[in-house]
Amino acid sequence: MPKRTDIKKVLLIGSGPITIGQAAEFDFSGSQACRSLKEEGLQVVLVNSNPATIMTDPEMADAVYIEPLDPKTVAKIIEKERPDGIIAGIGGQTGLNITSELAEMGVFEKFGVKLLGTSLQAIKNTEDRELFKETMESIGEKVPRSKAVSTLAEAEGLIDELGLPLIIRPAYTLGGAGGGIAHSREELLEITERGLRRSRISQVLIEESVLGWKEFEYEVMRDANDTCIVICNMENLDPMGIHTGESIVVTPSQTLNDEDHQMLRTAAIKIIRALGIEGGCNIQFAAKDGEYRIVEVNPRVSRSSALASKATGYPIARVTAKIAIGMALDEILNDVTKKTPASFEPTIDYIVTKIPRWPFDKFVTADKTLTTAMKSTGEVMAIGRTIEESLLKAVRSLDIDMCFGKGEWNENEIPALLKTPTSERLFVIYKALATGFSIEEIVELTSIDPFFLRKIKNIVDMENTLKEAASKGDLPIDVLRKSKRMGFTDERIGELTGRTRAEINDLRRNAGIVTTYKMVDTCAAEFAAATPYYYSCYEQMCETNPSDKKKVLILGAGPIRIGQGIEFDYCTVHAVTAIREGGIEAHIINNNPETVSTDYDTSDKLFFEPLTLEDVMNVIEREKPDGVLVQFGGQTSVNLAIPLEKELKRRTDIPTVIMGTSPADMDVAEDREKFNVMMKKLGINQPEAGYATSQKGAFEVAARIGYPVLVRPSYVLGGRAMEIVYDQNDLERYMREAVRVSPQHPILIDDFLESALEIDVDAVCDGKDVLIGAIMEHIEEAGVHSGDSACVIPPQSFDEDTLETVRDYTRKIALALNVKGLLNIQMAKQNGIVYVLEANPRSSRTVPFVSKAVGLPLAKIAAKVIMGYPLKDMGYSLDKEPQVNHVSVKEVLLPFDKLPGADPVLGPEMKSTGEVMGIDYDYGRAFFKAQLSADNLLPLTGKVFMSIRGADRVQLVEVARKLKDAGIELIGTDGTAEYLAEHGIKMDIIKKVRDGSPNVIDMMRRNEVSLVINTPINKQARKDGYRIRRAAVDFKIPYITTIQAAMAAARAIESMKAGEIITKSINEYHREILKP
Amino acid sequence: MNAVLGLEDGTIIQGTGFGAEGIVSGELVFTTQYTGYEEALSDPSYKGQILMFTYPLIGNYGVSNNCFESDGVKAEGLVVRESCPDPSHHKSKRTIFQLMEDEGKPGIAGVDTRMLTIKTREYGTLRAALINGSDDGEEAVRLARKQPHISEFDYISMVTCKAPYKLESPLRDPYNPKHVVLMDMGMKRSITTSLLKRGIDITVVPANASTSMIESYEPDMLFLSNGPGDPQQAKNAVEAVKKFAGTMPIVGICLGHQILSLALGAETYKLKFGHRGANQPVKDFETGIVHITSQNHGFAVNGDSFESEDVVVTQINANDKTVEGIAHKYLDMFSVQYHPDAHPGPMDTETIFFGKVLKLLEGEQ
Repeated sequence: MPKRTDIKKVLLIGSGPITIGQAAEFDFSGSQACRSLKEEGLQVVLVNSNPATIMTDPEMADAVYIEPLDPKTVAKIIEKERPDGIIAGIGGQTGLNITSELAEMGVFEKFGVKLLGTSLQAIKNTEDRELFKETMESIGEKVPRSKAVSTLAEAEGLIDELGLPLIIRPAYTLGGAGGGIAHSREELLEITERGLRRSRISQVLIEESVLGWKEFEYEVMRDANDTCIVICNMENLDPMGIHTGESIVVTPSQTLNDEDHQMLRTAAIKIIRALGIEGGCNIQFAAKDGEYRIVEVNPRVSRSSALASKATGYPIARVTAKIAIGMALDEILNDVTKKTPASFEPTIDYIVTKIPRWPFDKFVTADKTLTTAMKSTGEVMAIGRTIEESLLKAVRSLDIDMCFGKGEWNENEIPALLKTPTSERLFVIYKALATGFSIEEIVELTSIDPFFLRKIKNIVDMENTLKEAASKGDLPIDVLRKSKRMGFTDERIGELTGRTRAEINDLRRNAGIVTTYKMVDTCAAEFAAATPYYYSCYEQMCETNPSDKKKVLILGAGPIRIGQGIEFDYCTVHAVTAIREGGIEAHIINNNPETVSTDYDTSDKLFFEPLTLEDVMNVIEREKPDGVLVQFGGQTSVNLAIPLEKELKRRTDIPTVIMGTSPADMDVAEDREKFNVMMKKLGINQPEAGYATSQKGAFEVAARIGYPVLVRPSYVLGGRAMEIVYDQNDLERYMREAVRVSPQHPILIDDFLESALEIDVDAVCDGKDVLIGAIMEHIEEAGVHSGDSACVIPPQSFDEDTLETVRDYTRKIALALNVKGLLNIQMAKQNGIVYVLEANPRSSRTVPFVSKAVGLPLAKIAAKVIMGYPLKDMGYSLDKEPQVNHVSVKEVLLPFDKLPGADPVLGPEMKSTGEVMGIDYDYGRAFFKAQLSADNLLPLTGKVFMSIRGADRVQLVEVARKLKDAGIELIGTDGTAEYLAEHGIKMDIIKKVRDGSPNVIDMMRRNEVSLVINTPINKQARKDGYRIRRAAVDFKIPYITTIQAAMAAARAIESMKAGEIITKSINEYHREILKP
Repeated sequence: MNAVLGLEDGTIIQGTGFGAEGIVSGELVFTTQYTGYEEALSDPSYKGQILMFTYPLIGNYGVSNNCFESDGVKAEGLVVRESCPDPSHHKSKRTIFQLMEDEGKPGIAGVDTRMLTIKTREYGTLRAALINGSDDGEEAVRLARKQPHISEFDYISMVTCKAPYKLESPLRDPYNPKHVVLMDMGMKRSITTSLLKRGIDITVVPANASTSMIESYEPDMLFLSNGPGDPQQAKNAVEAVKKFAGTMPIVGICLGHQILSLALGAETYKLKFGHRGANQPVKDFETGIVHITSQNHGFAVNGDSFESEDVVVTQINANDKTVEGIAHKYLDMFSVQYHPDAHPGPMDTETIFFGKVLKLLEGEQ
C-alpha cells in the first residue's frame, strides 16, 4: 500500500523531560521519526517541552514548538498549524496520554485531524487494565488473574481472592510509576492509594503475583497490510517482580528452546493483530516451564524498542513513522542493508546486555529495592560474542565505582542481599560465587536462571586461573587470550596478576591479541551491510576498514544519570554533525542505547563500546584518527582526557592527538589551586576557599572563611556529597556521616555566598575570540546546585554593568585557559560583587537550552572552532551575546515522585533528571509555562499552603500579597499567619502536622490544596517539612521549596491573570532574533 | 581436543573439538536462526552439509528428546563459536556435546563463525572438511577439495525411509477419511505432525517408490517432502508427479516444491549460498502480506522457466525475489520453497499452508 495521499502535514508529540521511566529513548525515536517523515516529503510539526533534545532542533521539523505538553497547548498548536494527521506512538506514554485527552476533548474532530498509526481503541485496549484483560481473554491468551479497582476498599477485598503478595499496576502511567508489590495489607493500601493518585483515570490493577517466573519481551511490528514481524526478543536476567526497565536484560533469549520461543512469538503476533496496532509494539511475557502469561503490552515505541533498535540495527521508530503514513513494511527499505526490505526479521550473531543505571548514590534515604516501579535514570548496552564478554563490557560501561570483585559484603549478609534485589545484586552474585556459594543456593535465593549464574561463575573461574598462573610467575599467552576473549580488561588482568595495565597491554599486543571489530547489520552477515555500526571482540576477522580520510573520534557521555543527562548527548551529536559538514569523518564511541548519538546514521562510524581508557584506545589503535574530542561527552569523557593523553604519548606508534582545549588547561580549571592562582592573576574575585586534609584543619579553614561554608570532597560529579554547613557542629557531623577526610581525600571548603544571585555563562572560544552564547540568571539563590536551579535568559535582575563584568570575566577566563571549544562559567553576585565560582572548559548542561533560547548552535560552533575555523569568520557578533525579545525559562524535573522516601528539597547536590523550557514574551508567563511543563501546574484559583523558614519571611510578604491579589486563598500555621497579619495579609490558620489532625496533610489528601510553598530549614529540625513535601509529591500536588521560586511563581500567576499565553514555534522566535 | 576445519579455498580454522572424533566433509553452510539447533541438526535436508550457526552460543538449553525432526543428527558436522557445557532447560536431557557424541558426529567450537559466514556470502558455498582429534589443517583442506560437488551425490537415497509405513491420524474422521501419500525425500517429522493434527492419514513411501506402489494406496493427495541435495537427483519423484498431475492434488515443500516445478517443466539452479534461517520474508501475492518463514535450501526454482503459462509464481522472497511458491492455475497443485511446518522457526504460515491442504482434501470428497 503506497503512502496516504491525504496526509501532507503531520504533528508529532514528544515525550517531554527526562525522568525516571522515560530517558533519552524518545529523543532517539522522535528524531528518527521526524527524519523518516521528511524523507517522504511530509511537513512535520513537532511539540516537546524538553530543549535538551535533538528533535527540538529547529531544523528537525518545519515547525518546532518547545511548549508545555498539556492538551490545551497542543490543541492551540493544532488550531494554528492545522496538521492533517497526528502520530501518537512516538512520544512514549506522554504522547499517548495527550493524544487520548485531545481525542476526548474533540479536538481531532473539530480540526479534521486523523490519528495515524495505532488507533485510540487499541491504545485503550492496552492501557485500560480491565479492557486489556478482556481483549487478551477474548483471543485465548492468559493474563495473570487480576481486577481493576478504583477504591481502597475494593483493593482490600482482593486479598482473600488473589492472595498476597499482590502486584499493583496503575493505569496509564510511566515506567510502572506508582505501582509496586504488596506483601501485606498495609503495603497494599499504601501503594494503591499512591497508584490511584498517579493514574490518569484513577484506576489500578491488582494482580496475582507470578513472582519468580522468567520474563521475556518481544518487539513486534505490524503494518496496515497485516504483515507482522518480530524485531527481537529479550530475556530478563531478573525474574518477574522487577520492572523490565530495572532488570538486566539480554538479547536474544538464551534459555528458550525453539518450541518455547515460537510459542511466545506466535502469541505476540496474535496479540498485535488482535489489537490492530500499526507500528511498533512491545509485549511482555512471564514464562515458566513451557507455560506463559501476558504481562503487559505497550502499543508504542518504548525504551525497550530503543534497546531493540540498537541491539539489532533495525530502526523501529523510523519504520513506525512510515507505517503510520500508510506504507507497508515491504515498501520500506531496510536502511542498514540498503538492499532488502524492512519486512524481514532481524537476526543477530552476538549477545547484547543491558544494565540499568540507578541514582541511589544521590538519594541516600530512598528505598533501594528494585520492584515493579522504575527507579533507574538510564541504562547501558554492551555487545559481545559471549555472555561473559557482553556482561563485562556492560558493567564497565556503567561508569560507576563498582565492578566484579569489589564490594565488601560478608557471608552472612549475602543471602539477604541476594533475596531482596537492589542495584547491587549482580555484584553480590559475583561475590557469592567467589566465596563458595553454590549455583543452586543462588538460584534458590534469586530465581535467576542457573544459565546466567554459570556464566558469572566462568568469570570467577577465569580470575582464579589468572591468579594461579601469576602465582607461578607465569602468564601463558593462551590464558591471556582466553581472558581477553571473555571480556577482561588489561587493567583487571593486571590487577589479578600483579602487573600494570600497560604491561598487560604491551604483552598481549606483542602476542597478536588485538581487538577486532564486528558489524551490527540486522542479518548476521547474510547480506553485506552499508551501516558502519561496530562492536569489539577478540576474533579472527576485523570488519572496520579505516579510510585514509581526515577523521576525528568523539567520546560520548555514556548512560543518563543525574548530573550527566541528555544534554551531553545533544552536544555530542552536534559536534559530530558539524564535523561531518566540514567533510571530515566523524566517529563516535558511546554505550547508551537510548540516544541519538548511537543511532547508526549519526556518525560515519559508531563504536558501541564502554568509555574506558582501554576501550577508547583500542578504537584509536584500529582507526588511528587524527584527533579525539573529549569535551562534548560530559564528565565521563573529560575524565578520560588526562589518562588518554598519557597513553597516547606512551604509544608513539599512534599519531592521534586530543583536539580542542588541552588536557593540561582543562586540568587548570579542575584543579582548585591552579585555578585560584589564575583567577588572582586575572584579578577576578572568587569566594574564599581552602581545603583540609584533617578534621582539625577543616575547623580552622571554616573558621577563617566564616560560616556558612560549602563543603565537598575534592572529586565530585554533579555536586555529589556537597553540603552547606552552618556551624562547627554541623561540619563535624558532615565529616562523620558524609565524607571522611584524609590526606588522600581532602575536602574543599568554600565560602558560601548567602543570598547571592547565581549566573551561568556558556561561551565558545577559538583561542583568540570569544563568542558568548548567553548569560543566564538562576532563579534559585546560590546554594542550590546549578543543575537543579531554574534559570532565565535574558537575566531579569542584573544591570548592564554587571552583565559587562560577566562578559569581561568570561573573555578573560576563556583566553587564559586557552579554550578551544566550549566553556561554561558559573558566577555569583553578592553585595554588588561578581565572583567566579567555577569554569568548565567543556560542554555544559545548559548548552542546548542556550542554543534553543538564542538560536546559536553552540556545540556545532565549538566543533568547527576545534576543526580550525576561526570564530570571526563565522559571522556572529563577538561583541555581546544575542539580544532577544522573548524570555526563556529553564526548569528542572525532579524525580521525587518515583523515589518513595526521598526528601524533595533542593541543595548543593544535584537531584534533577531532566529539564523543560518555557518561552514567552513575559517572564511571568515563561515561568508559568516552564512550571506547567515540569508537571508543576501553578494554580490560578484555590488554596495555597505556606510554611516558610524565618529567613524567607520578608520576601514571603510580597509573594502572599501577589497571590492574594490574584484571588488565591492562603493557609498556613499560626506563626506564618501572625507574621503576615502584621503586614495586613489575612491567612487561614491550620494545625501544625505534629499537633495532630486536621492538618495540611489531611487537606492535601482531600485535594483541597492547590499549591504548597514550603522552604526547608536546616538539616535536622525539618520533620514536619519533610512530611508535607513528601505528601505533596505523593498526592501529586504542585510544590515549591525555595522562596525565589515562590516569588517567580507569584509573578507568573499575576502575569497569567493579566494576559494570554503565546504559542509560537522556536523557528519563529529565532527568525525574530535574526532581524536587525 | 583439537579440531580443525579446512575449506576448499585453503582456509584453515583451528578450534576445540567436541562430539565424536573423526573426519567429515561436505558443503559448509550457515543458518542464521538463534534457536532450534536440535531441529536443524536433525533435519535430513542438511545431509551432506556441515552446519554452522551464525549465532555464537549453541547448546544453551540442552537437548530434549522430543524436538528432533528425524531419528538423529543428519548434518555431517557442527561449527560454532561456543557450545554450552551446562545447559539450562526443564526438558533438557543431555548436552550438545553428548548429542554429537551419541550420534557419532564431530563438532568444532571457538570458530570466528562470522568470518566464515562473510566468506560464504562473498564466494558462495564452500566445500569443507572437519577433523575432530587433529590439527592437521593441510589434510582438512585436501579433503575439502577432494569432496565432490553436492549435485553429484544422491543424498535423498541416504535419508529416505527404507519401506513404506502408515501413520494414522488419531483425529481422523472415520466417515470422511483423508489420506495422503507422502514421498519421503528426507522428510521432517513436523510435516507429518501438521497433517496428522488435521485428521489426515499418511502413508509414507520411499523416494524410489514406483507409481504403481503409490497408486496402490489410493491416496487423496501426493505430498512431496523436503530433502537434501540437488533436486535433479530426484528423478523418480519428478516422474511420479508427471504421472499423477491432474489425477490427484499434488503439493510440495522445499525439495518437494523444486520437484513439482521440475515436473512442470521449470529449471532449478544452485543459489550462491542458499537460504537458511528463521527470518526469511516471503511475499504472498494473493494477500499482499509478507510472512516470516523458516528456510533451508541451497537450490531454487527459476520462475521464468515454466513451460506452461498455467503455472504461476504465487510467492517470492522479499529479500532477493527468488521463487517461494507456485501454483497451477487449473490443476490442484501448489508448493512452497519455505517450511510452513516450522520447527525450527516461525509458525506464521503453518495454518495457511496446511489449511489449504486440508481444504483441497475436503474438496475432494
